[in-house]
Amino acid sequence: MHIKTETVERHTLAVIVDNEPGILARIAGLFTARGYNIQSLTVSEITQDKAVSRITIVTSASPPVMEQIIAQLDRLVPVHKVVDLTVAGDHVERELALVKVAGSGDRRIEALRLAEVYRARVVDATISSFVFEVTGTISKIDKFVELMGEVGLVEVARTGIVAIARGREAA
Amino acid sequence: MTERSGADILVEALCDLGVEVIFGYPGGAVLPIYDAMFRSKRIRHILVRHEQAATHAAEGYARSTGKPGVVLVTSGPGATNAVTGITDALLDSIPMVVITGQVPTALIGTDAFQEADTVGITRHCSKHNYLVKDPAHLGAVVHEAFHIATSGRPGPVVIDIPKDVQVATARYTRPGPIQHKTYRPQVKPDRQAIEAAVDMLAAAERPVLYTGGGIINAGPAASQLLRELVRLTGAPVTSTLMGLGAYPATGPHWLGMLGMHGTYEANMAMNQADLVLAIGSRFDDRVTGRLDAFSPGSRKVHIDIDRSSVNKNVRVDLAVIADAGRALEDMIHVWKARQHPKPDLSEWNRRIDGWRAVRCLDFPEAGSEIMPQRAIRALYEATKDRAPIITTEVGQHQMWAAQHFGFDAPNKWLTSGGLGTMGYGLPAAIGAQLGNPRALVIDIAGEASIQMNIQELATATQYRLPVKIFILNNEYMGMVRQWQELTYSSRYAESYSESLPDFVKLAEAYGWKGIRIETRDQLDGGIADMLAHDGPVLVDCMVSKLTNCFPMIPSGAAHTDMILQANEVSGEMDDEAKALV
Repeated sequence: MHIKTETVERHTLAVIVDNEPGILARIAGLFTARGYNIQSLTVSEITQDKAVSRITIVTSASPPVMEQIIAQLDRLVPVHKVVDLTVAGDHVERELALVKVAGSGDRRIEALRLAEVYRARVVDATISSFVFEVTGTISKIDKFVELMGEVGLVEVARTGIVAIARGREAA
Repeated sequence: MTERSGADILVEALCDLGVEVIFGYPGGAVLPIYDAMFRSKRIRHILVRHEQAATHAAEGYARSTGKPGVVLVTSGPGATNAVTGITDALLDSIPMVVITGQVPTALIGTDAFQEADTVGITRHCSKHNYLVKDPAHLGAVVHEAFHIATSGRPGPVVIDIPKDVQVATARYTRPGPIQHKTYRPQVKPDRQAIEAAVDMLAAAERPVLYTGGGIINAGPAASQLLRELVRLTGAPVTSTLMGLGAYPATGPHWLGMLGMHGTYEANMAMNQADLVLAIGSRFDDRVTGRLDAFSPGSRKVHIDIDRSSVNKNVRVDLAVIADAGRALEDMIHVWKARQHPKPDLSEWNRRIDGWRAVRCLDFPEAGSEIMPQRAIRALYEATKDRAPIITTEVGQHQMWAAQHFGFDAPNKWLTSGGLGTMGYGLPAAIGAQLGNPRALVIDIAGEASIQMNIQELATATQYRLPVKIFILNNEYMGMVRQWQELTYSSRYAESYSESLPDFVKLAEAYGWKGIRIETRDQLDGGIADMLAHDGPVLVDCMVSKLTNCFPMIPSGAAHTDMILQANEVSGEMDDEAKALV
């Protein structure tokens, strides 16, 4: 006997929660406890009184499991609402990365030129290194990091996805 | 207004919430609370002998009274011992509030003596939990915890209180009605959904009502409403393990329990139905069997208070998110307003009568040996006029009790359904007896399960609770042995109950009356002796050792693939079947 796997779709969820202790553990733990997958999870306070946070989760699941994930998240006591941005309509997804590159000579010049193409900003520089800040979609950042691999990539820090619906309405 | 200690605030808040009984066990991290309760004298504390038993006793109290069960345990091992009962209450939707002591806030995270990460451990086995770090918040948290535990789909809520928060002082005022910021369970059904459900029910030629524990949780009125709907529609009724008693077992439309050990007529009716109306039930794997063969020709309506139960295991055609009682009330109202006549289900009933004629619960009997089914039926016949509260442990005896004991009212049947916790029955009986002092409370047990919380014999003795234990003793972990017989060619790995105690002497050692029943001619007399004694009684009823529980749908099989008799049992199953629970 072999373990069976299902075909899955990628979804981006916005989860609006009361900013209470343990809420992140509650949500992350729900995913592990029920065997759901997390590709990216970001969280930050979004109100001035710091009472409410927005958690953006990128997950992959079959349609029935996706329905369960949303229902299970919605059932948690501190959750205000769950929006499936992928289903709700057009939305914008962005990620920010800090990319450290070290080198000299042509490699250094090539790194700077590629950074310009990708609209990455230099946020730190030494005689032998740069730190670039780049924002964009996951694929753009993946590509940029891949290219930096050719010109002296040292390390990468990525924020994970944040996303918001297009248009004037809140999700 | 004067300030009071966190412990005094807790006790005051519990009194404001109408708490009469707490099941608990003291320890270092809850000493301030125990002292506050001692001084206040307003809440009755029941000292159990193990924290797991406190949680099951609270479940038994809650399930039999409709009121939330309350538990108080210390930090560390006190809290971890309570985890099984908390999980049990989560899976069976039992309203429960568990208060745990915690090491002082300054010591949290230092691996202090009797420290455990209680909120971390219970986060995913409770409906919600709290770590209270300020006595000024304690009162509001306690009120909110009861609100969450008892509303919506009920469940266990844990409040972890560090010892310094119990000692530090603050003000407490009783809060008004709770309007929670985010938690707003939907109890009122959508009108259009109800109308659609009524139309589907009125148009159905082969309807089945598939009811569950949600009707019990919705209160006794919901069971009356179910009976009214059945009277109006004539639809046959089956129930999950948790829902027994909502529709009376003596009622004309009763099919018996469905699922793995359900009746032939209930499972065949589900399989052949053109409409399944699920009310407060959750299409559990014990109920559905093989999913792609589950009720293949039916349209399905699911009434549930928990949206996440809908489409979890089985896709349904219509969902009604609501309290079961409110939904039944609205359905009856719409049915009457539309002046639907009672549908003609005579053809459907004829087919059902054909399945009933199989008499799937019959069993062979020979000699003086007591068949376990006979023991349950004898117990039922001897006690049914007293409307007893029955608790069970987990295993064959539990299924035989569900099959052969008739329940005519809600809140009379307390069993661990979802988690399947051996050791549930005795403490649950203690809790039920405390909530119903005049009731006859019987724990139907197996000789293996009863040993998992046997220490609670002392609790019943201490509080003079006249609970009865009726052990079906077959000297095996019978359900394990049954599965080994079906799946592993009868290789009985570790399923024999070796070195059993003398249960009669054990009962007597704890101050109970002990009775042993060994032959069929002793059965009625032994039960009569048990009932005649006004104190706690343990009956050790020796039953047929190798009898298995049928009907049975093997794991992963369809409802139509029921095993009815022992001689149909095969020896070894393939790996796909072995991987199923």
